[in-house]
Amino acid sequence: MSVAEQEFNHMFGKDPYSIPLEDYDVSQPELFMSGTELPYFERLRKEAPVHYCKDSENGPYWSVTRYKDIMEVENNPAVFSSEPSITLVDPDPDFDISMFIAMDEPKHGDQRKTVQGIVAPPSLAVLEPVIRERIVGILDTLPVNETFDWVDKVSIELTGQMLATLFDFPFEERRNLTYWSDVATTIPGPDALIQSIEERQNILLTECLPAFTKLWNQRVNEPPKGDLISMLAHGKETRDMGPMEFMGNLMLLIIGGNDTTRNSLSGGVLFLNQNPDQYDKLRANHGLIPKMIPEIIRYQTPLTHMRRTATEDYVLQGQNIKKGDKVAMWFLSGNRDSEVIENADDFIIDRKLPRQHLSFGFGIHRCMGNRLAEMQLRVTWEEILKRFEKVEVVGEPVRNYSPFVRGYAELPVQLRPLAK
Amino acid sequence: MTKITFVKHDGEEMVVDAENGTSVMNAAVDNLVPGIDADCGGECACATCHVYVDEAWFPRVGNTNDAEEAIMSLNPDRQETSRLSCQIPVTDEMEGLKVRLPEFQF
Repeated sequence: MSVAEQEFNHMFGKDPYSIPLEDYDVSQPELFMSGTELPYFERLRKEAPVHYCKDSENGPYWSVTRYKDIMEVENNPAVFSSEPSITLVDPDPDFDISMFIAMDEPKHGDQRKTVQGIVAPPSLAVLEPVIRERIVGILDTLPVNETFDWVDKVSIELTGQMLATLFDFPFEERRNLTYWSDVATTIPGPDALIQSIEERQNILLTECLPAFTKLWNQRVNEPPKGDLISMLAHGKETRDMGPMEFMGNLMLLIIGGNDTTRNSLSGGVLFLNQNPDQYDKLRANHGLIPKMIPEIIRYQTPLTHMRRTATEDYVLQGQNIKKGDKVAMWFLSGNRDSEVIENADDFIIDRKLPRQHLSFGFGIHRCMGNRLAEMQLRVTWEEILKRFEKVEVVGEPVRNYSPFVRGYAELPVQLRPLAK
Repeated sequence: MTKITFVKHDGEEMVVDAENGTSVMNAAVDNLVPGIDADCGGECACATCHVYVDEAWFPRVGNTNDAEEAIMSLNPDRQETSRLSCQIPVTDEMEGLKVRLPEFQF
């Protein structure tokens, strides 16, 4: 463990109420890997809803933890800029990949408009049968009454196939997409997927970028078609992108469609096992699936936060945020805010307003793929319920070492078939 | 109560009674009008309650406000009379208002 890691892991394992608020740093990855993060946020919501962390591995930052305050920040993009980064980690000046999630207007809107068509409802109607066929293909090959890893065999496989479809990427090489996404989001470390930031840059520049450049060159010489690379290659606002910007936007679309859906697919299985009454309710009424999906996404909150950077001084809940300060909007915490969401700590698959959650963010940067994500999850659960009495969790999940991507590295399950 | 007509993209009309002081979005959600999801609950932050205001009605309903414009300008399918229905208050003057529901929102 490096000196920095030792210095910035003092929260883990301690009673949230034993640590002075001024020493709070909720961005420590150990909290998330151990699945113990929520009580710390609960205390912040109650006692310091706009909280200043004076130092962390990524320097000082503000935490905004209540639903309504997060909405206020999201709805004021002029003061709360998405540049230069949407995570607490500052971009490396020598590796300046740029993506529209981390741009302000007008560039953000111009680039976003180019690609959002592919994830808008009319193209979803076209994609749905393709996605269903792929899901059926995966579910029908799974072993029954035998322990396997749901994350690898279903969540990763399914999102990998979806991404390959959306990019029209060579199907047999689809695990590269998952791999590059993981390379981009993993925190480097001796036991991690990558050991250093340099290794990450090297993999992305020598493997990912050339693979996509090849596809770009093919697509740019073909008539426009409905995959994301073709859209970028022919889009008025994106066709003249430089290589780093091209890569940035690719990474955005890959990561956006990978970790998030993957971890919601795993999370749903876990939550239904933890709440057998909800699983019973679902089995009795498959019509609840469309309401259950946003509840899974709320409860999981696969991206815990997004960062903004203040462009001017701003007073939020009496706290003086200064120009240049980093501000983390903790969606994970806002999604557990009982002032807005009734019984927010409970997983309830038939909530009245299930889509009122922060997992997709709000405002002009709101997740573009939200309806696609919901559709993938809905179709998956429709097909699971047609086949299996229960996807039974048979061991402890292994959680990610990350304060940003909240999810699972492993989830051991066994499938119980429907009684014939 | 004020009568508001929602026209689905296939032409089917739904006439609902809206309560004054609420918004056209609330009227849609309360009456289960399809295609108005209103994920953010009326905060002008999600753009899932997009409607095309009937041309004849548009001058009376008026143009987008600044917050609305910021989020609507991202939509390539917006039209001249596009509004977010959460930003249209229901008043006596809106009696008979007609709005169309965009296909992209279904």
